[in-house]
Amino acid sequence: MLETEGKLQAELARGIEGLQAVGNVESLEAWKQEFLGKSSLVMQTYGSMAKLAKEERPVIGKAVNQLKVGLEAALAEKEEGIKTASQQETFTKETLDVTLPGRKPRRGRIHPLHLTLRQIYKIFADMGFQIYRSPEVETDDFNFTFLNIPPYHPARDMWDTFYTDKEGVVLRTHTSPGQVRVMRERAPENIRVILPGTTMRYEQLTARSEIEFIQVELLVVGKGITFADMRGTLNDFARRTFGENARTRLRPSFFPFTEPSAEMDVQCFVCGGEGCGVCKGTGWLEILGCGMVHPTVLRYGGYDPEVYSGFAAGMGIDRSTLMRYHIDDIRHFRNNDIRFLEQF
Amino acid sequence: MKAPLSWIKDYINLDGIGIEELANILTNVGLEVESVQLVGVEKPEGKLKNKYFGLPWDKEKFVVAEVVEVNQHPNADRLSLCELNDGMGIVTVLTGAPNMFPHLGKGRLEQPLKVAYAREGSMLYDGHQPGQVVTKLKKTTIRGVESRSMICSEKELGISEEHEGVIELDADAPVGMPLVDYMGDVVYEVAILPNMARDASILGIARELSAALGRPLRLPEEPTLEKGGAIEEKIGLEVKNTELNPRFMLGMVEGTQARKSPYWVQRRLSLAGMRPIDALVDATNYTMLEIGQPLHAFDYDLLRERAGGKPTIITRTAHEGEKIALLDGSEPQLDTQMELVTDTVGPLSIAGVMGGGETGVHAETRNLLIESANWNFINLRKTLSKTRINSEAAYRFSRDVHPELAETALSLCLKRVQEWGGGEVVQGVLDDYGKPYVDTVNRISAQNIAEVLGQEISLEESIGILERLGFTCWIEGNELVAKSPATRTDIETGIIGQRNLIEEISRVYGYERIAAKRLSDELPPQLGNPDLEAEERIRDILVSIGLQDTLAYRQTSPEREARLFIGRKAPAGLAYVRLKNPITPERTVMRRSAMATMLELLEYNTKFRPGLALFELGPVFLPVADEILPHEALRLSIGLTGAWDVASWDRPQSKAMDFFDLKGVVEALLDGLHLEGVRFQATAHPSFHPGKCAEVRVGEEILGVMGELHPQVRKNYAFGQDPVLVAEFDGEALVRLSNAVFTNKAISSYPAMVEDIALIVDESVPAEDLEALIWQAGGKLLVDVKLFDVYRDARLGESKKSLAYQLTYQAFDRTLNDKDALNIRNRIVKQTKNTFGAVLRSS
Repeated sequence: MLETEGKLQAELARGIEGLQAVGNVESLEAWKQEFLGKSSLVMQTYGSMAKLAKEERPVIGKAVNQLKVGLEAALAEKEEGIKTASQQETFTKETLDVTLPGRKPRRGRIHPLHLTLRQIYKIFADMGFQIYRSPEVETDDFNFTFLNIPPYHPARDMWDTFYTDKEGVVLRTHTSPGQVRVMRERAPENIRVILPGTTMRYEQLTARSEIEFIQVELLVVGKGITFADMRGTLNDFARRTFGENARTRLRPSFFPFTEPSAEMDVQCFVCGGEGCGVCKGTGWLEILGCGMVHPTVLRYGGYDPEVYSGFAAGMGIDRSTLMRYHIDDIRHFRNNDIRFLEQF
Repeated sequence: MKAPLSWIKDYINLDGIGIEELANILTNVGLEVESVQLVGVEKPEGKLKNKYFGLPWDKEKFVVAEVVEVNQHPNADRLSLCELNDGMGIVTVLTGAPNMFPHLGKGRLEQPLKVAYAREGSMLYDGHQPGQVVTKLKKTTIRGVESRSMICSEKELGISEEHEGVIELDADAPVGMPLVDYMGDVVYEVAILPNMARDASILGIARELSAALGRPLRLPEEPTLEKGGAIEEKIGLEVKNTELNPRFMLGMVEGTQARKSPYWVQRRLSLAGMRPIDALVDATNYTMLEIGQPLHAFDYDLLRERAGGKPTIITRTAHEGEKIALLDGSEPQLDTQMELVTDTVGPLSIAGVMGGGETGVHAETRNLLIESANWNFINLRKTLSKTRINSEAAYRFSRDVHPELAETALSLCLKRVQEWGGGEVVQGVLDDYGKPYVDTVNRISAQNIAEVLGQEISLEESIGILERLGFTCWIEGNELVAKSPATRTDIETGIIGQRNLIEEISRVYGYERIAAKRLSDELPPQLGNPDLEAEERIRDILVSIGLQDTLAYRQTSPEREARLFIGRKAPAGLAYVRLKNPITPERTVMRRSAMATMLELLEYNTKFRPGLALFELGPVFLPVADEILPHEALRLSIGLTGAWDVASWDRPQSKAMDFFDLKGVVEALLDGLHLEGVRFQATAHPSFHPGKCAEVRVGEEILGVMGELHPQVRKNYAFGQDPVLVAEFDGEALVRLSNAVFTNKAISSYPAMVEDIALIVDESVPAEDLEALIWQAGGKLLVDVKLFDVYRDARLGESKKSLAYQLTYQAFDRTLNDKDALNIRNRIVKQTKNTFGAVLRSS
């Protein structure tokens, strides 16, 4: 009996030792056959239990159980080890160079000038301004005369105009004709609108000047609207556009459709007023023209200037978009070179 | 307008105001300073807001000197050697200046020549190079004579482009004085706003500064003119039309000479951008720059010769077929609208624009007749729009000059001709002032001002500002009464006149001093803008699919749009909005076709990327009979070509896009806009492949057309091999039919059953119709139909196709069983058989 016990104990030691040499699934299988298979000592011993003497059975039974539990525990540990190792090997094989470029999906973009327009719409919508659009091909009356620019007036020199072959029809040189159109539609209601759109001027086509460009104009008409209201509204717009600390200044200017008229500059957002290439060293950027609506324009719009007053302001968004993104050529906007558009 | 500081200072004391500060003051009153030219003066220190250019003259190196003797260079005929006193001693200076030759070899000069002298090491502009190239004056040897220093021309000092000779300073210039102290200057180039033409003069600018600074204005001394007198013996005057010529004055100087003006006059003219000519012409130009009234000078003897006796000046409109050769050599076409100055023989000048060459001042002029007139500016502008002549006179007259200035100018000019050219002023002047100008009077209260500005400005402060601008003011009750100055024609009356005054007061008061407030009036009714919102939704949907938004030029040419058609032959009679003055032959009309724009965008970009997916939303311009303005119709164009996928390093470029890629994009868009009842229908279109073209409709309305470009049309463009796919939609219809609000379908929580069926039908059966019938037959339990295969084979029969669909059945209240599925399928098979003769294909 002692002899059998000893054999079983030795088998455990032999099994554990044999397991150390096992390194893969195949040798593990062979080991399983040898120590836990049909002809293994464990199974043989179980098979011969019936032949043992009655008093020997519990002793040998316990010993063989211990052997089996011991072998199985060692096997489980080994199996876990082999599994981890082989998974590790797979991971190594599957490892990517994560610095390779990703596969680009096709991405669409909004045109940069439309982006700027949307930003302006949003800011003015928050202040209660609605959007009003009017024709790009206009009558001379709406483009000039109703804006207090009668034929042969010196102020006509301010715009280089495209004329059509139809007498009295021009390509609008500014979005201002919309002022009189919206007034005629809404009189005598108060008005707070922005007038966005494409305008056209007879100019050289260069990196800095275009024949077609987008303007946004604003118009406020009501009772008791003042220059101070204009300043406040435009300051709010500048702060929303250029940052909370944006500084502005107003200079006298001239537009036939406003009186008094002014030009608003904003402190250069690139250099913070220190002077740089964008602001040509002056620290200021011209962003819009503005003024109190001229009594003649109010009259043409159907408002009595003795009762109503208003202000208007206009800006070209091509130029501000150029500055915002440091774009070198204004013609990119309408040439639609994909290499340009893709950057937005 | 270029304004030399030294000249401005004649009329106002500017002590204590720095160069930069003055520029800012000018800008703040509405005379925007575009640049500041430093003439010998150092650039101011500190942070500068203005643009500066120019050259400082080192006080040690640039001085006033005098040439005492001029000798011939031993080895060069065209060079002279000047003995020069620079205040420290006598030096020999070499020069090639032609104006030194007359003094050559005359020994010691009786009257030494005062010059601007630069010592060795001076930094100055190279006189021999175009433009302004700074160079350092170094020792050289020219033909064996050493040269270390230089007598300067205007070009070398940055005063003008003049390099023909050296500057001859006025005789009283103090020898040895640093040149910058003697004649250093600052020139402000200011932009003149159209309503401030009165400031196209040095005095006008000084008047603005007077108002802004609260310092008095010193007006030039102006001898009083006597009307009539001896001059009536010399010349006659007749004004035919007072409306066109409100005032005409003549004055005369006898025995004068067209000699050089004093150098300070020449320098001021140069710095102001006008070329000095001679004392007589300079006097007219100087006076024009000084007060803003243009003048014209005639050689009196030539007029007398023409008339064969006492000449008479007649102002009138041109006769049919009249001609004149102008000073600049041009011969513009005259017509009966144009106002002329003539004599009994014919035209002498185009009134207020330019004089004729025949009767102008020349080197031998002795007796000078000076015209100082006023012209109707509207009529003059009509003349200019036809003749396209630019002149300093026309610039000012076309912006309306006050007739009162004619008299001031004549008085000042006569005085100057006599001072600078010599001679005697003939007693008296002729003056036909047929239409005296009435200066406006306006009344304004402090409340009027506050109502416009939102800022209180006292009447006292307002009066101060207006008086400094030349208004005559007094108080009546609580109102300020202001009579406009006799220099301005831009102040109207009534509410507009009040506004004019408020503008004057506020700009000088300072816009920066007006408080900023938030709008506090009642908000107008808040209307939505559904059209614009729908347009933005179209952009967002297409961008979300992966298409690029673009922005089109409105201007194109019919030739460019004709490329849409085979052989570039557009249908006859397409009406365009045509430009009268196109900027280029490439852009002569407003576009009619968004598709033409899209094809150009695709063509331009195809060389940059292997695949393109673009869209553009914008107007086309369609003339409408009997309407003044064209219909600006909104169009959406979509263009695809090449591969949809962007190639990557481990995945080959996918196939080029075809009709169904475009259709997929269109379907996704229409789906996103929640359009209902959309149908695609094969159609014919001149630009598209006859078998690959569809129109998109909702009911009877055609929303757009789409397809693959016709191979013959394709030849009109530089495309590669890939199909070019384009769609063009009526944007207004898309906007109108789109639904911002729609009914969201519920999602069932019961499992769905999926099964496939294949139906064999005739080729002629449109897939769309078959699918519509499947939906109809399937009833409400059929929730999805997907075509997944189209199969053609001889075994199916002649002209047959098999369409395989994946059908999904689902209920909202229970799990469906096989029997339900069988029922639905049977209905579908039966109805498609009855309608289209469809046969269920056994798998």
